[in-house]
Amino acid sequence: MQSMSTENVTVKCKINGKEYSGLAEPRTLLVHFLRDELNLTGTHIGCDTGHCGACTIIMNGKTVKSCMVLAVQAHGANILTVEGLADGDKLHPIQEAYWENHGLQCGYCTPGMLMSSLFLLQRNPDPTEEEIKRGIEGNLCRCTGYVNIVKSIKAAAKKLQQEKGSHPA
Amino acid sequence: MFSESKLFLLTPKKFDYYAPATLGEALQLLREKEDSKVLAGGQSLLALMKLRLAAPAALVDITKLKNLSYIREESDGLAIGALTIHDVVEHDKTIKERFTLLTDAASKIGDQQIRNMGTIGGSACHADPAADMPTALRTVDALFMVEGRNGKRMIPAGEFFVDVFTTSVGPDEVLTEIKIPYLPPRSASAYIKHSRREGDFAIVGVGAVVTLGSGSGNVCRDVRIGLGAVGPTPLRATKTEEYLKGRTLDDKTIAEGAEFANEGASPPSDVHGSAEYRMEMIKVFTRRSLKLALSRVK
Repeated sequence: MQSMSTENVTVKCKINGKEYSGLAEPRTLLVHFLRDELNLTGTHIGCDTGHCGACTIIMNGKTVKSCMVLAVQAHGANILTVEGLADGDKLHPIQEAYWENHGLQCGYCTPGMLMSSLFLLQRNPDPTEEEIKRGIEGNLCRCTGYVNIVKSIKAAAKKLQQEKGSHPA
Repeated sequence: MFSESKLFLLTPKKFDYYAPATLGEALQLLREKEDSKVLAGGQSLLALMKLRLAAPAALVDITKLKNLSYIREESDGLAIGALTIHDVVEHDKTIKERFTLLTDAASKIGDQQIRNMGTIGGSACHADPAADMPTALRTVDALFMVEGRNGKRMIPAGEFFVDVFTTSVGPDEVLTEIKIPYLPPRSASAYIKHSRREGDFAIVGVGAVVTLGSGSGNVCRDVRIGLGAVGPTPLRATKTEEYLKGRTLDDKTIAEGAEFANEGASPPSDVHGSAEYRMEMIKVFTRRSLKLALSRVK
């Protein structure tokens, strides 16, 4: 049994393929642990109340809002954050699509938006506009009006399918 | 690890955290630790704790327990493990085929991220009167399997939901399974909700199960209507149910029956809608929910 007092405890998890370990109080939210303890500041804190989705990460294969998860709950988890998308200087096709389609303005929601886009496209490689809108319903953007975000996700879907076509598994 | 500035962020009060590996350990912790609370997906509890509306002294995280996430067709009904997340309920083929209203309800909860963490058992035990899943479970007469010091007990939906945020699960008990008795042939179900934005809590939520008599006509053999967000717990529109049983279901009879649907409802007035408005919407959404369920009967 994993038992913890109110004192700091060690939380270990795999993030973007790398093993991390850090200290957290049981009440520490995962987003604060990622940013302040592990210095992975790509994941943003928007509202802190579970509404905006800026802190969205992929934990054990599914998108979650990292402000709605305790760091201790992530002990032993496999996590993907926005830092894990690009391959060195080469942007992930979803990031490229956002870049090319002006899918962001201030950029604050973008890390979470990208993670939700990835989860959606992994599950549904060719989503309709309605499906895209539903897929990002947990991510708020106050700049774009979503039009270019939807466009970016459509473009990303094409890119990913072409990529798959050119490199048959 | 919190600096002064961090304390202004939404941070829960301090608590002890336990992640037991077995149900026995979890039950023991709940008995021994003063003011302890079960943590499942945490999508409601953590929100309350961050706002300091809840401040338990200890959390017993049951998500490390094995084998509480499953959907099984058993002889007496469909068994759903308490830790089954909404996303799994939403996409399960058996549920869609046999209890479409659960598919409807799961798909309308919060957003994708919340459905990826939130569990059916957590939603039931949180018992928010405006939540979708409790209303759907009340509509289908779900049974709630609860385990505690004295073994297991099965609580019918009508007794499970006691009041706002209150169930009949004891402080040292854990909900482990939800059992849903199968519907007879020629049955179908639906859940719809009225909300202004995707992901919002329901202004009015209505579940419906329709069972037609054998043969080809639309004679109503049985009907169940559950109402959410219009009282302290999910309610059943019993008067409408009684009116419709034995009648041929069509636009006219459904409209007639729905006129009684708000009897016994006591909806709140708030920024999303006045009590008066909700009383009217109960009728409208009861009609729509019944029609949708009827259209799904094979």
